[in-house]
Amino acid sequence: MRLAWREALLAFRRAPLMSMLGVLTIAFSLFAFGLFGLVALNIRDALRAVEDRVEIRAFLVDGTSEDAIAALLGDVAAFPEVSDVGYVSPDSALARSREELAEFSDVFDAAVLPGSLEIRLREGQRDPAQVQAVADRVGTFPAVDDVRFGRDWVEKLYRVRTLAVGAGLGLGVVFALVAVIIIGSTIRMAVLARAREIEIMRLVGATNGFVRLPFLIEGALKGLLGGVCAALLTWGANRVISQSLFETSFFTPSQVTLGIVAGGVLGLLGSFLSVGRHLRAVWRDA
Amino acid sequence: MAGVLRLDAVSKEYPRTGTALADVSFTVDKGEFVFLTGPSGSGKSTLLKLLSFAERPSRGEVKVSGFSSASLRDADIPQVRRRLGIVFQDFRLLPDRTVEANVAFALEVTGAPTASIGAKVARLLTQVGLASRGSDMPHELSGGEQQRVAIARALANDPFVLLADEPTGNLDERATRGIVQLLREINAQGTAVLMATHDLSLIMRSGYRYLELERGTLLYDGTDAHRLARHQ
Repeated sequence: MRLAWREALLAFRRAPLMSMLGVLTIAFSLFAFGLFGLVALNIRDALRAVEDRVEIRAFLVDGTSEDAIAALLGDVAAFPEVSDVGYVSPDSALARSREELAEFSDVFDAAVLPGSLEIRLREGQRDPAQVQAVADRVGTFPAVDDVRFGRDWVEKLYRVRTLAVGAGLGLGVVFALVAVIIIGSTIRMAVLARAREIEIMRLVGATNGFVRLPFLIEGALKGLLGGVCAALLTWGANRVISQSLFETSFFTPSQVTLGIVAGGVLGLLGSFLSVGRHLRAVWRDA
Repeated sequence: MAGVLRLDAVSKEYPRTGTALADVSFTVDKGEFVFLTGPSGSGKSTLLKLLSFAERPSRGEVKVSGFSSASLRDADIPQVRRRLGIVFQDFRLLPDRTVEANVAFALEVTGAPTASIGAKVARLLTQVGLASRGSDMPHELSGGEQQRVAIARALANDPFVLLADEPTGNLDERATRGIVQLLREINAQGTAVLMATHDLSLIMRSGYRYLELERGTLLYDGTDAHRLARHQ
């Protein structure tokens, strides 16, 4: 094991330029994937912010008593899909309408605005079918006169969300594949540069595992270093966008760690596959 | 005497180029020195590939120091190679390591105890006449000296047999004499040597047994130097 580590580290010292180019190639391919991830993350956050505005409004029958309203609030809050429910009195509704539509403030009259419940749903419970189901159940209460939730808007939002998730997954797979191919080629070049060493190891009776180990360590180290560089580049890009264009979200520390580890795993895998091709060649034809 | 190398009716065929060896049988005994000769394309390299288990025979059986091609698993091939020393025409040294490091490499990769490596490398370099050149880089050595390093590396794991594929092919006459003399000394200490060469005068001068291949078949197995004189 100690020899394998020594050989792996010696490879960096013997060919520093090639090693650095390898790390940078891995870094830039992971950086491209990181930028895509950043865009996907921010689109998801934006859609989530819009989704947070999905709400059901249940208008109450005139003259519903305070006790009945309190009971209704308790019943609706107990629905598993509901995250939050509040009562809007006719006076509050009037004040809000006057504030939101100031130019029509003189035409509003508290008498025409009924009391209502504002119901918000939990994340993951906001697709059109689920919203409709909750609205239907709320509508069965005798104190509820009418239920509205902007069906068209919810359906459009859900379609956009589905499209974004599908496109994100598809592009993510493509970006990941491109990263794997580039990283694999980079590691393969490093292995090719040391083909003679592999050949001599085999010649003197080194086992396959022994031959592979230094290359696996080297590949994993390059992948990890590339991952760290990619994380720094992505963070820098995010800072520039946040400061000069608009506020954006960045990955959580665990997501960044996962990205760096993924770099290491890709390096390891690339080395494993590349070195395997050389393990059979011993007696090169002159 | 026990055969350290043995081929029983061995044939080797390649899908593209056809038959490389056809029905070849011979034995090399412990401590024997045998030459292998024949024109280019006669099957010498294929035979050496089979003996080092870089290739498997299409038919027949190859036996090396008790290991048989019929039953040897791929995972056990490194164990066979540790009983063989292999030397090539182009030396195959690691150009970015010193002479000592090149020889030590063979011991390190086979898991020799670290404490014993230094002393063994020094002994091997003394044996091949390069005791004072351990810290030199390969490019600082002559061709003959580089081949001596390759031989020291091949001897690192105390092989029963040394397979030498045209070891003097890149050397001048003086260096060739030195390498052959070194191989004789190694042979005298009990290591069998199978040396492939085009140099017929080398075989004739030695009086050793030789195997002559032509178009994949074993044309001659014996010590008659007069036959070779007629080829020249």
